[in-house]
Amino acid sequence: MEFFLQILIAGIVIGSIYSLVALGFTLIYKSTGIVNFAQGELLLVGAYICLHIIVSYNVPFVFAFIITLLFMFFFGFLIEKIFLRKMIGEPIISIIMLTIGLSSLLKSIVQIIWGTDTRTYPEIFPHEPVTIGFLNISVVYIFSIIAIAIFLIIFTIFFKTTKTGVAMRAVASDQQASLSMGIDVRKIFALSWAIAAVVSTVGGILIGNINGINTNLSQFGLKVFPVVILGGLDSILGAIVGGVIIGVLENMVGGYIDPLIGGGAKDVFPFVAMIIILLIKPYGLFGTVKVEKV
Amino acid sequence: MNYINCGNFKTSYEKDAAIYQTTFSKICIYSFLIGLFVLPFFLNSYLLYIMNMIFISVIAAVGLNILTGFTGLISLGHGAFIGVGAFAAGYLISKFSFGFFIIIPLAAIITSMVGVIFGTPSLRLKDLYLSIATLAAQFILEFIFIRAERITGGVNGMPVDAPVFFGYTIDNDFRFYFFSLIYTIIMVTAAKNIIRTKIGRAFVSIRDNYIAAETMGVDLFRYKLLSFAISSFYAGVAGALWAYYVRFITPEHFTINVSIQYLSMIIIGGLGSILGSIFGTIFMVVLPELLRHIIGIFSHYLPVLEQIFPAIREAFYGLVIILFLLFEPEGLARRWNLIKAYWKLWPFSY
Repeated sequence: MEFFLQILIAGIVIGSIYSLVALGFTLIYKSTGIVNFAQGELLLVGAYICLHIIVSYNVPFVFAFIITLLFMFFFGFLIEKIFLRKMIGEPIISIIMLTIGLSSLLKSIVQIIWGTDTRTYPEIFPHEPVTIGFLNISVVYIFSIIAIAIFLIIFTIFFKTTKTGVAMRAVASDQQASLSMGIDVRKIFALSWAIAAVVSTVGGILIGNINGINTNLSQFGLKVFPVVILGGLDSILGAIVGGVIIGVLENMVGGYIDPLIGGGAKDVFPFVAMIIILLIKPYGLFGTVKVEKV
Repeated sequence: MNYINCGNFKTSYEKDAAIYQTTFSKICIYSFLIGLFVLPFFLNSYLLYIMNMIFISVIAAVGLNILTGFTGLISLGHGAFIGVGAFAAGYLISKFSFGFFIIIPLAAIITSMVGVIFGTPSLRLKDLYLSIATLAAQFILEFIFIRAERITGGVNGMPVDAPVFFGYTIDNDFRFYFFSLIYTIIMVTAAKNIIRTKIGRAFVSIRDNYIAAETMGVDLFRYKLLSFAISSFYAGVAGALWAYYVRFITPEHFTINVSIQYLSMIIIGGLGSILGSIFGTIFMVVLPELLRHIIGIFSHYLPVLEQIFPAIREAFYGLVIILFLLFEPEGLARRWNLIKAYWKLWPFSY
């Protein structure tokens, strides 16, 4: 039972990081229709930059965190402006390939600058686990869950109440209508990339505090696909719920099935699940069902 | 953009779809092929290695272009399909004492069956959803390569015997050159002909508008699966050749990066163009080798460069894909046609 709960909690933490990354992915897909294969690399770049600021300039974690988020905001903005603005209206394979190219470019730049070794964040959270009941939970986990919850709440409020948030939802539901209502669609496109970069970075920094970072972290960008397929590609709620479900299931498989077959099942399970979901419910739990007409 | 000479009339569809548009182009193609057979006598083993890599990759790239370029179904799992071909060939070679002319088709047929299995979701899914499903196929197959140790040898890999042709062991670059060249010519010619027939027209109609295609009587179910089968058949042939060539196969040869590399080949060459797939392959095989030489020159001054070479190569891949998509989205095939048109009119370019 204790083993089960430990796995469950680790799964929820990893899952909520998936949720954050998936949130960024969904945001871009919803408002611009672009499938971002470089989501994991945004996470990677953010995590490395935060680490770099902390280690090289001795900046306290909180400030480094804020600086990184600001930087990544403009980074996402620039990526959209330089690479993706020109691709509007191109066939989907070109856009997919462009983001794949972008992902391989960003990943290798990170490798060139920071190398491939695993690097750890300096001890920010206390090492001793907190005991709740009979469970030992490390402090990083608790902080992660709190941070993710805060971010998700902020974004929910942002989308529901602020003018920009409503404009983003409007663009997502109908680009032409929002254009004619005077919404600056190009600004919204850039903004959605900026926000996506920021949320992924938060995920990256959290995972960096839990496991340390290396370039394999960009795997998160691919794990996002099972998550968004489960939740429905264009649903923000779906991204959050899907992330937690996939994270928990993945850890369960890792805990119970991997010892039986000797490892590897944990990484492949989300993709097997994804194929099954695609076959029986391609629009996911909360996605909009598209009806195609000639 | 197809520039046709004045006076070159076509009175039937067959003539328009002919491979040799004029006698001149027929002469050009045949002399090019003869040139290819003479060429290896003048090459050293390093250049022969590059040529062999190009031949094997051309087969796989043409296969992917049939699926992605002509039928419009995006596959992110082509690298894994090549792996299926390689491991199937390796397993068959280790179990049975067939010659390569049985092993290669058998391996290709096994691969096309696997391709059809993973292509089944394409009936319900398209574009983005399909690319994600094939991405899953890539990871699942990679997992199987590593875990099915009895068949694939797992992470330790699997040695493969060299092919034997009537007592001749094809075990060096020079002999393998002719071996792979003949297979490449057969496969490329077959692809060119598949595209010209009813099947090819059905593929193109599915790509351009699948609802209209269905209304016109194209059986989507059959042709999409057929496209997957043909494409994976090509991947299987390429994989089997690869197994014969490197003679030691491990799962690392068939990662997602390989799939991406093949997609970039056909994008750089030109989607929906057989000639384009060949250009793209040559470009993507030669580019890293050139890069290696350039880095080799500079690493005298900066030894670090040698260590980070893999990263630099990946960065170049990414950069090249992005630049082509932004500035030459129709690929090298279009550029080739423009150059041809220019020289046809030269020096009076108006």
